[in-house]
Amino acid sequence: MKQFFAFVKKEFYHILRDGRTMLILLGMPVVQILLFGFAINMDVQHIRTAVYDPSQDETSRQIVQRITANPYFDMQGEVYSMQEIQDLLRRGDIDMAVVFDEAFQTNLVHSGKSQIQIITDASDPNLGTISTNYVLAIIGQYQQEMMGLTGIPYQIDIKSKLLYNPEMISAYTFVPGIMGLVLMIICAIMTSISIVREKERGTMEVLLASPLRPATVLISKTIPYLTLSFVNLISILLLAVFVLHVPIQGNLLLLIAVSILFIFLALALGLLISTLVRTQVTAILIAGLGLMMPTLILSGMIFPIGNMPQPLQWLSALVPARWYIAAVKKIMIEGLGFIYVIKEVSILVGMSVFLIVFSIFNIKTRLE
Amino acid sequence: MITVDNLRKNYFSDKSGKFAGIGKENGLSFEVNDGEVFGVIGPDGAGKTTLFRILASLLLPDSGSATMNGIDVVKNYKQIRRIIGYMPGRFSLYQDLSVEENLRFFATVFNTTIEENYDLIKDIYQQIEPFKTRRAGALSGGMKQKLALSCALIHKPDVLILDEPTTGVDPVSRKEFWDMLKRLKEQGIIILVSTAYMDEASRCDRIALMRDGQFIATDTPQGIIDAYAETLWAVQTENMSTSLNDLRSCSEVLSCFAFGDKHHITVEHGFTKEELSGFLKEKGYRNVKIEAISPSVEDCFMALTKD
Repeated sequence: MKQFFAFVKKEFYHILRDGRTMLILLGMPVVQILLFGFAINMDVQHIRTAVYDPSQDETSRQIVQRITANPYFDMQGEVYSMQEIQDLLRRGDIDMAVVFDEAFQTNLVHSGKSQIQIITDASDPNLGTISTNYVLAIIGQYQQEMMGLTGIPYQIDIKSKLLYNPEMISAYTFVPGIMGLVLMIICAIMTSISIVREKERGTMEVLLASPLRPATVLISKTIPYLTLSFVNLISILLLAVFVLHVPIQGNLLLLIAVSILFIFLALALGLLISTLVRTQVTAILIAGLGLMMPTLILSGMIFPIGNMPQPLQWLSALVPARWYIAAVKKIMIEGLGFIYVIKEVSILVGMSVFLIVFSIFNIKTRLE
Repeated sequence: MITVDNLRKNYFSDKSGKFAGIGKENGLSFEVNDGEVFGVIGPDGAGKTTLFRILASLLLPDSGSATMNGIDVVKNYKQIRRIIGYMPGRFSLYQDLSVEENLRFFATVFNTTIEENYDLIKDIYQQIEPFKTRRAGALSGGMKQKLALSCALIHKPDVLILDEPTTGVDPVSRKEFWDMLKRLKEQGIIILVSTAYMDEASRCDRIALMRDGQFIATDTPQGIIDAYAETLWAVQTENMSTSLNDLRSCSEVLSCFAFGDKHHITVEHGFTKEELSGFLKEKGYRNVKIEAISPSVEDCFMALTKD
């Protein structure tokens, strides 16, 4: 046990005395959260919109005004034929066109029914869907106001209710994903490098020739980095709440506990990597790039897992971040309690145990 | 006591692109007695580090066995790691830890304290104690060596394995280092040391000359020198670089090597200095000096590896 504490102390010295690295380790998550938070921003803005309004009546005018006034849309002006719309879309000059019925208001008043056609450039399907939704929301709101004023139930009944994120703010859905990605990569890099560095600098040779048990070396490496990662976790949560404006709906302690479990898992994965490679460069490549791709693509952070082909869905079950992100979404965004994340937590615990045992089993008692 | 029996280890070396290792033809066998300083002497790539790593339980031999005080280095490697003090060829302490922190760390790793074994390292550690708060990375080569030795000694090992401890160390520190080894030997510690410096051979009780993974001679330094049978001369001329080839072209000269400012040559029996001097004058050399010398370990090494 004395050996263990001496080792932990030594690791702390390494970290604290290497100011530059510590700055990177503590600064990187902040930069990443901000970059990802703002760059992977699925809020579509500056939707270049054209209007074709043959009816030119009061109702259609009002709707056009509302679209123009909305900050998400950049109104490009009116067009006067369907052909013109097609040309503009084809040339990429506009992203969306709103087409009104002829005699829009008359139809609405007399038959209680009227039509608006929304044509979007669906070469980016997300953009298409999202901008359509925006227009639907605007029209829906207008209808309700009209109903309130006139008392007549006009029959363009657009109801779209989005659970948990009614405003479609993408930070809500992305912050858990980014937390999973950033913690996974930073933690795995930290531990894998710290052991490989001992190999590269030759200190591993001295440690191996001592009575120190390899398991002691491994486990004591995780303690200081667990502390460091905790600092990172706090800074990530502060950024999420105060910069990206994502509220923590659920229990903060539960969120932190699950996050620490995930950090430990990522550190253990780093240990496993370190037992397999010889140089710091390979460790960074594997821990950084090698984990980045599966975490980005298979964790459900960007692409919904339910939409993946079955084999990829099975593969995604092996990505630890998938379970962590799911748990964070439940706790942080949906505000659910522990009972709802038991499955995720159990899987994360299982994976951690497996990784630690496997790394200890894998660590070499000699030079290879 | 160290007993090595028929030890072999061959591997493909990425560095030289060929098979390296030890005991390729005949497995290595030797013994080191208690309280002995045993030197393994040979050029880079001779297999010294491989041998020492096997003995330090860091590499597995292909075949053969080695025991230290009766403990097998393969089967009982955990026990071996308690009784050895190992100092790798490269400086392998934590550069970002201070002198004292390094020593304290290694003391704890070996389940002991600095205070407990202070008397053993006192002579060595006192020299670097004034700098105990300095980071190890900022020490000079000689001081690093002293710190590394202190760390290898802190747990009072039975066997000290030092892989090229004096490489890259200045001559004064090298001499001090050997003086320290002598004092440690008096404490009954078996010392296994390797070096590429032939002039350090005489500081060992017994030496093994090593080349290409084989011991080519094992004896006391004096024994090795006594076994030297050639006639050895040192030759000095005005133009040393051309004379090396001219000497080699002389049919009575058996071997010729540059040794600093002199050439060491061996000649056929019966060949006289006057005859050689005449040969060199004919080639146009003036101020030729030839003297008979007694061989050094390096001369012996050259003679043994000539063929």
